[in-house]
Amino acid sequence: MSARLVFLGRLEDLAGTAEMDVAPGPLEQVLAGLPRELAVALLVDRVRIALNGSLLAESGGITLGDGDELAFLPPVSGG
Amino acid sequence: MLDIRLAEALFDPAQNLAQFTARVPNAGGVVSFLGQVRADSGVEALDIRHYPAMTMSGFRALGETALQRWALDGLLIVHRVGQMAPGEPIVLVAGAARHRRDAFGATDYVMDHLKSESWLWKRERTAAGWRWIEPRAQDHVDRARWG
Repeated sequence: MSARLVFLGRLEDLAGTAEMDVAPGPLEQVLAGLPRELAVALLVDRVRIALNGSLLAESGGITLGDGDELAFLPPVSGG
Repeated sequence: MLDIRLAEALFDPAQNLAQFTARVPNAGGVVSFLGQVRADSGVEALDIRHYPAMTMSGFRALGETALQRWALDGLLIVHRVGQMAPGEPIVLVAGAARHRRDAFGATDYVMDHLKSESWLWKRERTAAGWRWIEPRAQDHVDRARWG
């Protein structure tokens, strides 16, 4: 039983990894298990969140199930 | 006709453009834009990261919107990801239409939206190491032109 967090852009540097497997559960509980500096950086307004490839309107009320992938997307700078 | 490609390695813009134009024989005009890695200010490499779960679906949605907005025979988007050297191509966009204004408009529109809305993150390497590129305000101004 595990879910996956994906960190894009500079968040990857902050997390020290591009992906991290975590125990499923409410997002608040998952974030509580991360280093505080990283958890704070993930929750700023400019960071968008996608669950299994779909953008979410807000981060409230998310519970990760087995096999879910939650991606943290900072402001883009591509093209 | 929508031709969307994610290039994981060096691609040949001329070859891609030739293949594309061969597929749109009824077009009277093909406009293309090629973005390449600038060879300036000590930049040794450019790295574009993306999120595979969303990259291609985002490109496709952008392409579909352009097809609805302009009378196009075809639209080509080739976007590189990974590490590139100065002078290497990053992105090729081409719009093919019966009349040139549609081709110019669609190509311009797609580039402005690729810059500001694609799930791509860019960093560059200089002698000082890797540095993430911040979003440019100008890119958002450019996108806002389209309403």
